[in-house]
Amino acid sequence: MSLQLILFILFGTISAISSVLMITRTNALISALFLILNFAGLSGLYLTLNAQFIAVTQVIVYAGAIMVLFLFVIMLLKPEHEKYFSHQPKLKIFAFFIAFIVFIQLVFMIFVSHPSQGNNANVAASVKAGTIEEIGKQLYTNYVLPFEAAGYLLLAATIGAIVLAKKKFE
Amino acid sequence: MNILQIIIFTIVKILIVVTIILLAVTYLVYFERKISAWAQNRIGPNRVGWHGALQSFADVLKLLLKEDIVPDAANKPIHTLAPIIALFVSFTTYAVIPFGPNINVFGFSVPLVVADVNIGILYVLALTSLGVYAITLAGWSSGSKYSLLGGIRSSAQMISYEISMGFSIGGVLLLSQSLRPVEIVQAQSGWMWNAILQPVGFITFLVSAFAETNRLPFDLPEAEPELVGGYHTEYSSMKFAGFFLAEYANMFIASALIVTLYLGGWQFPYLDHFGLSNGWFAVISVITFAIKVAALLFFFIWVRWSIPRFRYDQLMNLGWKVMFPLSLLNIIWVAVLIMVFKL
Repeated sequence: MSLQLILFILFGTISAISSVLMITRTNALISALFLILNFAGLSGLYLTLNAQFIAVTQVIVYAGAIMVLFLFVIMLLKPEHEKYFSHQPKLKIFAFFIAFIVFIQLVFMIFVSHPSQGNNANVAASVKAGTIEEIGKQLYTNYVLPFEAAGYLLLAATIGAIVLAKKKFE
Repeated sequence: MNILQIIIFTIVKILIVVTIILLAVTYLVYFERKISAWAQNRIGPNRVGWHGALQSFADVLKLLLKEDIVPDAANKPIHTLAPIIALFVSFTTYAVIPFGPNINVFGFSVPLVVADVNIGILYVLALTSLGVYAITLAGWSSGSKYSLLGGIRSSAQMISYEISMGFSIGGVLLLSQSLRPVEIVQAQSGWMWNAILQPVGFITFLVSAFAETNRLPFDLPEAEPELVGGYHTEYSSMKFAGFFLAEYANMFIASALIVTLYLGGWQFPYLDHFGLSNGWFAVISVITFAIKVAALLFFFIWVRWSIPRFRYDQLMNLGWKVMFPLSLLNIIWVAVLIMVFKL
């Protein structure tokens, strides 16, 4: 068994179990913690795929920034209405319907469309593509327009948030 | 080197680094008390050992023997998890910081860093961003309003200062053209220290480091007069010691990181021109690194006993309206250095 396979099984198990635990916990804060563990597992999986930049960004952006805000909201709002939803039969049917569609989609992707066939067997090229130098070069040459557009979108969203949060301007 | 040899060398390096951090932290607490006593015209600890040198060990023993009290309102698993996260983050961050040049051991060239990875700086940023959880969860799980306030304050503070910290590092990365800490150190040979080339970035990083480690003048998460004790009000015994240890370990790691990024790392200026043998070169380099870190640690303690605590709105204003624009300005300055002076 190669080291890569061992790491894949380890991180895969962590992310699978933590995602199941995340949706089955009733305490929203515990769910959020399992989501963070899931992100950590995913970041390990990205490392086994030679995608170092994505692995670290996963931790910095999702686990380090976005989930902190989630925790803030959960701590301050104290949501205790999860039991309310489980008593609504209409919602339950709707949830089962959505889950069934997603399940069919996953089955189709794994068993019919064979995603691994299109993989590039050239390991050296895939190692190079995952490095920060290569991603930076691509972002600032081929994809500079979408990159700048995304930057302006985020700036607009920040200004919007400030305007919404501020009660009155002098 | 084959895989087994790499694993053995890495384990040995991990043991050495963890031992050094633990010893450094123990003596850091002692020196903090001694320096504070000196600043306030007192004597300080002087009973246990020679001039009180064993005081910290006595304190650790006392904390180990104390009763561990968990409040009824606390969420017990998370209450236990929080100090573990704090310690985990402190000890794993050090893995990528180099403390010396390559040395020859049994015919192998061994770099004096636990993990020489090409995403080293991002690894540090990722782990420090996880450090927020320890304090936030400690505050929340204690089931006390003072702890919760301390935890929330701290997360807001750490997120705010992480931004100017990240932008300050941006300037360093532009000059060294690498995210590998070893190459960042090598890019600062001679007197080409980043602290000299980009003083503004150095200052913003230094201030952010104070805020990230919750040291005075930014120790609002544990402001005693307002919050009784802050996020660790409801902690006792070894769990409290965990937070205490993590705080001092963070200080040590922040100093080591500042030395690596801005003060030339383990390099003694122009040492390679003196014609020393490899062994002496390595010894002097490691000692240089230790002296630089010790000087910064003294600075940390010195500031603590000189400057009073900021008010919360002052802290936020400084972070967002002063440090953040300054760190952006620093990036422009570095770009000018590169474009005009061809550094």
